[in-house]
Amino acid sequence: MYLNPLPRGIEVSQSQLFSYEVKDMDPVALARLQFGITTIYHFFFVPLTLGLSILVAIMETIYARTGNETYKRTTKFWGKLFLINFAVGVVTGIVLEFQFGMNWSEYSRFMGDIFGVPLATEALTSFFLESTFLGIWIFGWDRLSRGLHAAVMWLVAIGSNLSGLWILIANSFMQQPVGFTPAPDGSRLLMTDFGALITNPNIFTQYPHVLTSGITTAGFFVLGISAYHLIRKSADQEAFHRSFRLAAIYAIVGAVLVIVVGHAQTQHVAQNQPMKMAALEALIESENPASFSLFSLVRQGEGEVAELVSIRLPAVLSFLTYNRFSGEVKGIREIQATYAAQYGADDYVPPVMLSYFTFRIMVGAGFLMALLALVTVLLIRRRPVEKIPSLYLRVLLPAMALPYIANTAGWLLTEMGRQPWIVYGLQKTRDAISPAVTPGMLVFSLVLFTLIYGGLLVADLYLLVRFARKGTVEEEPATANLASAY
Amino acid sequence: MDLNTLWFILIGVLFTGFFFLEGFDYGVGMLLPFLGKGDHGRRLIINTIGPHWDGNEVWLITAGGAMFAAFPHWYATMFSGFYMALVLVLLALIMRGAGFEFRSKVQHPGWRGFWDWMIFAGSLLPALLLPVALFNLLLGTPIDASMTYRGSLIDLLNLRALLWGVVGVLGFIFHGALFLALKASPDLAEQARSIAGRLAPLLVIVLLAASALGYFTTDAATRLGGVLFVVPLLAVVALVIAAAAVRAGRAGFAFLLTGLAILIVVASLWMALYPRVMVSNLNPEWSLTVYNAASGTYTLTIMSYIALAMVPVVLLYQVWSYWIFRKRLLREAKLEY
Repeated sequence: MYLNPLPRGIEVSQSQLFSYEVKDMDPVALARLQFGITTIYHFFFVPLTLGLSILVAIMETIYARTGNETYKRTTKFWGKLFLINFAVGVVTGIVLEFQFGMNWSEYSRFMGDIFGVPLATEALTSFFLESTFLGIWIFGWDRLSRGLHAAVMWLVAIGSNLSGLWILIANSFMQQPVGFTPAPDGSRLLMTDFGALITNPNIFTQYPHVLTSGITTAGFFVLGISAYHLIRKSADQEAFHRSFRLAAIYAIVGAVLVIVVGHAQTQHVAQNQPMKMAALEALIESENPASFSLFSLVRQGEGEVAELVSIRLPAVLSFLTYNRFSGEVKGIREIQATYAAQYGADDYVPPVMLSYFTFRIMVGAGFLMALLALVTVLLIRRRPVEKIPSLYLRVLLPAMALPYIANTAGWLLTEMGRQPWIVYGLQKTRDAISPAVTPGMLVFSLVLFTLIYGGLLVADLYLLVRFARKGTVEEEPATANLASAY
Repeated sequence: MDLNTLWFILIGVLFTGFFFLEGFDYGVGMLLPFLGKGDHGRRLIINTIGPHWDGNEVWLITAGGAMFAAFPHWYATMFSGFYMALVLVLLALIMRGAGFEFRSKVQHPGWRGFWDWMIFAGSLLPALLLPVALFNLLLGTPIDASMTYRGSLIDLLNLRALLWGVVGVLGFIFHGALFLALKASPDLAEQARSIAGRLAPLLVIVLLAASALGYFTTDAATRLGGVLFVVPLLAVVALVIAAAAVRAGRAGFAFLLTGLAILIVVASLWMALYPRVMVSNLNPEWSLTVYNAASGTYTLTIMSYIALAMVPVVLLYQVWSYWIFRKRLLREAKLEY
């Protein structure tokens, strides 16, 4: 197959290299890089917040109902790790709320009528709820009754998970615009149907997918750290036995549902964002029945794509898409031609290899987690926790990384697979950045955010590891009032 | 009153709530390294705002979200235009929030000292920069016909606006000291009260100067016209009475008066601005207003229902959270770390 030579990055001579200045840098690339770094970093902390808030609330509810002190210790132990994780999630969340206006002012103008609504509503219904009640929860152990204190944790969990719903309602519009009309002058979109916005078909698969991935993340987090204490035979084995059993159930529920919902979501993508689907399957030509790729390498540029290697299973993609072994799945070339005719000449192909591999990394990690969760549940059904072979427990420690890999890959796919659009079919990413912001300012903020985020990550991991290792036994206070509670 | 005006007022209310609530915890943050003698004192100071600072900060996030929803052009022009200032504010808020959560988790004095200074700097920068940013809305900035900001950070850091930054810093320290006088252990409360007493005259003078400059260098005087002319001066009066009250040992009354002063300052700014939300100093025609910067009527209507339903609920449980922690924190009390 013949393909025109593709651009291979900018070739620069030595002298050019040194005269290359910040002001010549591509502001779109810088703004995107900044959004990518700040968002992925933020979402490193969010799924654990979503899932662990519920799990801690469950533990505290058991304590409130039974008065079993072991559950008080598990609540406090996991609650402490929850707080260390939550802190970074919350402070990096403000950046996202401000960043649309700062780096993406033209997007904000174009979309404010619609996008601002779920964001403001998120603040009013969720941020206030989670932050106010978390403050009460942290400082209120001696001031509230047991039951009321557990109820406060439920409000934190509801606030966190509700905030996820609102932000995904906002994101769903970018994936699948509904309930709007363009303003007469075409400068922006106007909302016409709030009901349609919040019942966007995309939300019904996207939100459960994020919710269950949070549950899975928390399940594996608690399994891994409990496994560490089971191996070490740390003090208070009882607390870790119970945590382990709860987390095993939590993880299997999450891991199975995340796959089921994820499958439905991919079918929705196939219907709604055919280009993203074609890219994540590296499907170049339309096929009926369509084949599923086992391994593909693709080269792309300027709206053109060429297959380098491809090993494919015939008809399997049609089955995955339509639940039957026939049915056309459109390929990249055909969709590119359609879009060029519909929206004007441009490159409508998202990064194919990135979409392809992030999808496979996410799905691979997902199935591995489901397998591990299943084995864990089978093991605890047949024998007491202390009889689980420590060789298996050791596997659960590195398995804590799996949900993080899957979560990150999933968001890269969702957002990169939508390119070149920022709002699917309506606004291109390159038209969305702030004209008032220079590359120099972008570099300045990018460097600062990256440095600070790096430092915070180190501090946060240090604290997580330190407190995870310490176990449930609270230190004796150094002086009467220097208790290290919370 | 139309929905555009209603939302303009509501955003003013959100900023007022933010300055009133987060204002005192900025003040407490700025006083932290100087008041707290020893680790226990510092922890006690932090714990007076511990349950509240995060919920207080949401007032700012909500104000930003409401600007985005109701006035997308205001949000877009201000946030992209005041870029560098906001980057600094964001970094400050990040380090401050991390400081509250991280500082007591490790016993090492170096670790704790580092985060205490982060809390200090993280409180100082927003206290300085946010009032500067808001006053610049009225003072006027280079905004072109396409609503794009054409200036730099230097355009914002002019003397007149910076004076309002100083008002913010001193005012929030005053407000925070009064809060500590009400909530901290008697020894710290007494120190805080004495700081507030000594700070008051300076604060009154700076506020008077900033207000006077505000009158003479913007069109506030003509905009406010008639009896409304005196409104901004009521803030000065409120602070003078607050100063007297704090010297008379009535910190609670003084605290309410600083709250009133905050309300008056924001209300004056909002009245002087209206119907504009950002003044262009290139051409008055290019100013952003509550009309040309707004979302459509449908969106404003939906947002009004949501705000109507949610704001009372939020107020109720935030009041409840203050009620739970209403007691003064004593030295002998067991502190949550």
